Amino acid sequence: MDLEKFLVLSAIIFAIGLYGALARRNVITVLMSLELMFTAVILAAVTMSRYVASREALAQTGVATESVLQTLLTGQVFALFIIVVAAAEIALGLGIVIAFYRSRETVDISQANLMNR
Amino acid sequence: MISEGAVWAIFLLPVGALAVNALVVRLFLNDRPSLAMFTIVAALGAAVVLSVWTLASVIENGTHIFDEYTWLTVGGVELRFGLMVDSLTAIMLVVVTSVSLMVQVYSHGYMKGDPGYVRYFAFMSLFSAAMIGLVMAGNIIQLFVMWELVGLGSYLLIGFWTHRPAAAAAAKKAFLVTRIGDFGFLLAILYLFFNRAAFMEQGLDPLSIADIQAAAPLITSGAMAALGGLGLTWVAVGIFAGAAGKSAQFPLHVWLPDAMEGPTPVSALIHAATMVAAGVFLVARFFPVFEASTEAMAAVALVGAFTALFAASMGLVMKDIKRVLAYSTISQLGYMMAALGIGAYGAAIFHLFTHAFFKALLFLGAGSVNHATGTFDMRYMGGLRRIMPWTYALMMIGSLSLVGIFPLAGFWSKDEILGYAWKGGSVVEMAVFLMLAVSVAATAFYTFRMMYMTFHGQFRGGVEAEEKEQGIPAEDSHGGKVHLAESPWVMVAPMAILGVGAVAGGYLVNPQSGLLGIPVHWFSEFVVPPVVEHGKALPLNSMLAAVTTIVALGFIGLATAMYVKGKRVDPGVEKAVEPVRRTVEAKYYFDELYEDKLVVKGFYGKLGGFLEWFDQQVVDSVVDAAGWFSRNLGWAFGRLQSGQAQFYGVGITSGIVVILVAYLVWG
Repeated sequence: MDLEKFLVLSAIIFAIGLYGALARRNVITVLMSLELMFTAVILAAVTMSRYVASREALAQTGVATESVLQTLLTGQVFALFIIVVAAAEIALGLGIVIAFYRSRETVDISQANLMNR
Repeated sequence: MISEGAVWAIFLLPVGALAVNALVVRLFLNDRPSLAMFTIVAALGAAVVLSVWTLASVIENGTHIFDEYTWLTVGGVELRFGLMVDSLTAIMLVVVTSVSLMVQVYSHGYMKGDPGYVRYFAFMSLFSAAMIGLVMAGNIIQLFVMWELVGLGSYLLIGFWTHRPAAAAAAKKAFLVTRIGDFGFLLAILYLFFNRAAFMEQGLDPLSIADIQAAAPLITSGAMAALGGLGLTWVAVGIFAGAAGKSAQFPLHVWLPDAMEGPTPVSALIHAATMVAAGVFLVARFFPVFEASTEAMAAVALVGAFTALFAASMGLVMKDIKRVLAYSTISQLGYMMAALGIGAYGAAIFHLFTHAFFKALLFLGAGSVNHATGTFDMRYMGGLRRIMPWTYALMMIGSLSLVGIFPLAGFWSKDEILGYAWKGGSVVEMAVFLMLAVSVAATAFYTFRMMYMTFHGQFRGGVEAEEKEQGIPAEDSHGGKVHLAESPWVMVAPMAILGVGAVAGGYLVNPQSGLLGIPVHWFSEFVVPPVVEHGKALPLNSMLAAVTTIVALGFIGLATAMYVKGKRVDPGVEKAVEPVRRTVEAKYYFDELYEDKLVVKGFYGKLGGFLEWFDQQVVDSVVDAAGWFSRNLGWAFGRLQSGQAQFYGVGITSGIVVILVAYLVWG
């Protein structure tokens, strides 16, 4: 297992997503960037769970026991949860974008400035 | 041997009169005001009897100190109260109760028909009680409380006619000026209190008067080193400051002449016979402390003698009969202080005793004159001796006694003081003698100027002429009317009794040779308590007495020439002394100095100006800076709230980065 490679990839994807979420002005791009950040987190979670499980399996003479299986599955269940939440979030977010577009006739996020009132 | 309860009763009787007058007569029986007078006369009559009994008991058994009660305990220090009845207290009790009784009877005539009649007698009861409590206090805190109550009584009675602005102002002035002196007294008490350890080492109570008297010789001999000679001097000076305030000594004399705004019987009782003598009493009470400090004694002597001369000079030019008497009172109090300062304890109290009678008599006479003419301004009197023969005769007795003509009371006491000053040879005593001797001449002149302007010549119209000529506004009017007649017997009788005192009070109590079974120099020997070293009796110096009498007669003659025969001084001389006369008539500009310079310019102008500057510049700046800071901080944070979610996201992200970096570096 090459832990570092996966984590570095995850960090790069997260950084790209963060940049896109904070710097891009198109709302659609921002939503896509958020999805990128979710992806990075999912990748990190799966990587870590696989890594920890293999460490535990090594400690217990290479036999995949009940507890190893649980640790392995924890990260993967988390990944599934995040995918579900992201799907819900993107449905909601696109709804807001459409409402925003209808009222402002633009998708420029800098026009969403009602919070300074 | 008098019982403790009987001595307390002297104090509690007028307290009871106050309660009855204020709570019963004033509230429920206001339609029968004379009840107030009967209440206080009954109380004081009983008090006089008990005072005489006390005096007899002290003569027989010496000083009584009654068990002190614990009043309260603060941090291991007990505040106690009790009674200390020595010869001085016994004499003062007799003087205070008897003069007060006479004044109350007189007041019934003088205050008749006044709407505040009951209130007047309630205040008088309060004052009498406080003064009696003052002279028999056994503890310095107790004494101070009574001292302040006396000041309160004085304030209430000077400002008795509250509708007159001048009376209100005079009451306030009296209260504030005496307050300045009281502050010195309070500092002396605090000094004793803070040095209580030194007293306790010797088994003494720092606040008990008897123990303070006992401590003075110990301090001088070095047995109480913690409280050295300098500390003792400061205690003495502080006590003297309080005494100077109450006794109107220079430079705190300015309140007494203004206090004449009160009803005349008040002036007679408070501002001639009793309260102003409280200052002299106070110095006498702590005489061992003064005796232990040469500097304090010299200060008392010089201030007293200077006041005697200074006040007498102003008495020469006053136009108001009560003001002449007021300055005369200040001058005579100066005599007493000077006598104490040169160690003539017995002579000082003897003069206090005789002065109480003849000065009360003179004030009551002035009130009687006012009763007839409605005014106090001597320029509108004159010719009253045929109309008011009794008042004239009695005031003449009082005047001769004040001037010190043989064989009236004032002669004996004044010559004893002068004899003391003459006998001592130091510079201080010589200065005191010179100033007092000049005052004798001035006293003779102003007293007879007053008598001649009031009683001789032609009547000059009374209050009606005064109000017409002076254009006095209605709210300042005394509301007097001219009705030329002798005053009723209820006013003349008390004067006559005081007149007996003014005639016989001198020789009878302090005879030069054994007479009627009274021992020679009885008073001066008796009144000096054993704790006092000096100040016992002195045989009469006949030469000195003859010289002062001749001087006094000479100045009476001068007054006769000027005010009866109508001789004028040479116009050239009159012109030359004009600026002097002007200065004296303006009371040496002391009122202007205090009110315009000290209070208006110094207090309001400089101190008030500084405080205003401090408030506006320093205090307000701090407050403004706090407001400016908050406002601008808020503005700066407000700028951050752009409403751009991405901007907030940058903030959150950079915050997390900072925390992470910090964790990696320092964690």
